[in-house]
Amino acid sequence: MTALTDARVRPEPGRGPSLVRIYRTEAFHEFLKLIRVPMFAVSTLVFPLMFYVIFGITFADERAGGVGVTTYMLATYGAFGVIGAALFGFGASIATERGQGWMRLKRVSPMPPLAYFVGKVVMATAVSGLIVLALFGLGATMGGVEMPAIQWIALALVLVAGALPFSAMGLAFGYLVGPNSAPAVLNLVYLPMAFAAGLWIPISQLPDVVQAAAPFLPPYHFSQLALGTFGASEGGSALLHLAALAGFTAAFLAVAAWGFRRDEGKTYG
Amino acid sequence: MLAELRGASKRFGSGAAAVDAVRDVDLTVRSGELLAVLGPNGAGKTTSISMLTGLSRPTGGTASLFGRDPRDLRARQRIGVMLQASGVPDTLRVRELLAEFRAYYPDPLSMADIVEAAGLDGLESRLFGDLSGGQQRRVLFGIALAGNPELVFFDEPTTGLDVEIRRSLWSTLRTLTGSGRGVVLTTHYLEEADALADRIVVMDRGRIIAQGTPSQVKSLVPGRRIRAESSVSVATAERFPGVQRVTRDHMGIELLVGTAEPAVRALLAADPSVSNLTIVEPSLDEAFLALTTDTPESEAAA
Repeated sequence: MTALTDARVRPEPGRGPSLVRIYRTEAFHEFLKLIRVPMFAVSTLVFPLMFYVIFGITFADERAGGVGVTTYMLATYGAFGVIGAALFGFGASIATERGQGWMRLKRVSPMPPLAYFVGKVVMATAVSGLIVLALFGLGATMGGVEMPAIQWIALALVLVAGALPFSAMGLAFGYLVGPNSAPAVLNLVYLPMAFAAGLWIPISQLPDVVQAAAPFLPPYHFSQLALGTFGASEGGSALLHLAALAGFTAAFLAVAAWGFRRDEGKTYG
Repeated sequence: MLAELRGASKRFGSGAAAVDAVRDVDLTVRSGELLAVLGPNGAGKTTSISMLTGLSRPTGGTASLFGRDPRDLRARQRIGVMLQASGVPDTLRVRELLAEFRAYYPDPLSMADIVEAAGLDGLESRLFGDLSGGQQRRVLFGIALAGNPELVFFDEPTTGLDVEIRRSLWSTLRTLTGSGRGVVLTTHYLEEADALADRIVVMDRGRIIAQGTPSQVKSLVPGRRIRAESSVSVATAERFPGVQRVTRDHMGIELLVGTAEPAVRALLAADPSVSNLTIVEPSLDEAFLALTTDTPESEAAA
């Protein structure tokens, strides 16, 4: 083995490694991990698009929130897709890797601790962007959606930014329910929650009791913000929705932090 | 000095359910030496390594790595670690995994050097999940070497490996110390510590109960073993001076004694036809067994 020569104790190097390179590598590898699991890629990418085609384009002649259904559902299925990418790509993947011991190997390396999380957030955001882009393509062509450019841009920005609060939610669930059950439990929460918040069919068409409960669900506020970009929200101030999302995010992060600390005391040997 | 625990303790849980995994341990790792931390399961070996590498913080005492807090990234940039069990994402390629870890270090080994040193030639494009168990271990070894570390930690590197692979890992570890690196390894194989270590630290129930060179550790167990082919009966041999135990098998008779000479004189007097007489030191196994069972139970419970 000639590769290992001269490694006597050296002076500490004056410079650190390139942070840009670390963050870029982490984010890129997160993306690779995601697209190499076909099941995951299909369910996160394809379901929102498929539902948009089924529900949106089938009822294209109807109206909701004062706009055409294909326009309305651009916001709600966009939100649905972004939430899925964040919950599963970020939250569930952290939970799984925590269970595997991968996190432990990362923690014992000189990885800047934030790089792991930032890499995953960047990935979840990038996947969100992809979903939004594909959905916009469908909307503009098959859905015949027409909006001023500024509204397209505003909607895209709101949707992609939504990856952040739902990443926090995924993280909290990952720590709350344990690595193995996280994906299953997240699905059990994700689908009913999306339905009750009006992401599948316009909220005005849901039963009254569901409509009354919706404001207690984070996706409701997210979708209202998205609908607001083209004036189709139910009303209520955007600031209020933002504040609600910020509150949910803070609560989820607090749960995750508690779980993280609980984890640290767990290794015997 | 590369790494040090001073009066370090680690307590898990609190109150009546508290478990002291490590109690008041002093441990020093010097450069260029291979230090073996030896002990049975639950002795506190992994916990000690965790404190030295910054994975967990001592609840008492201090841990330091290159004069810094082990959680300081500048200290960790100078070490490599191979953990007992690491789940690596199945869907990343070997080259990608190595690149991911190389990026964390200011002055990493080249990709080609890691591949050569860890024996990963030809596997670079394979997904981690498609590798055999032995190949996966080599990837973890490559990850440990990625930063061209001055000190490398191995937590039970050979547990579960077959003899051949174990021997080849031994020679790799020798190469590491030969290149001037410090190596710390935990093991419950005494043979391994004896064959590899410059210094052995014996742990049991969270404490260090002995340390020194392999021969020093062995010398902590008094006595010698005398073997010979002889017709002397077990009953007769048991009356020889200083004899603690006599066993007989098809190869001959074996006497466990405090000091060898008086018993040898008596044996030769009793049986002039004795042949193949040998006197040996106790094996490290025997030393280890004696050391770990002599610890009084009351002390361990304190």
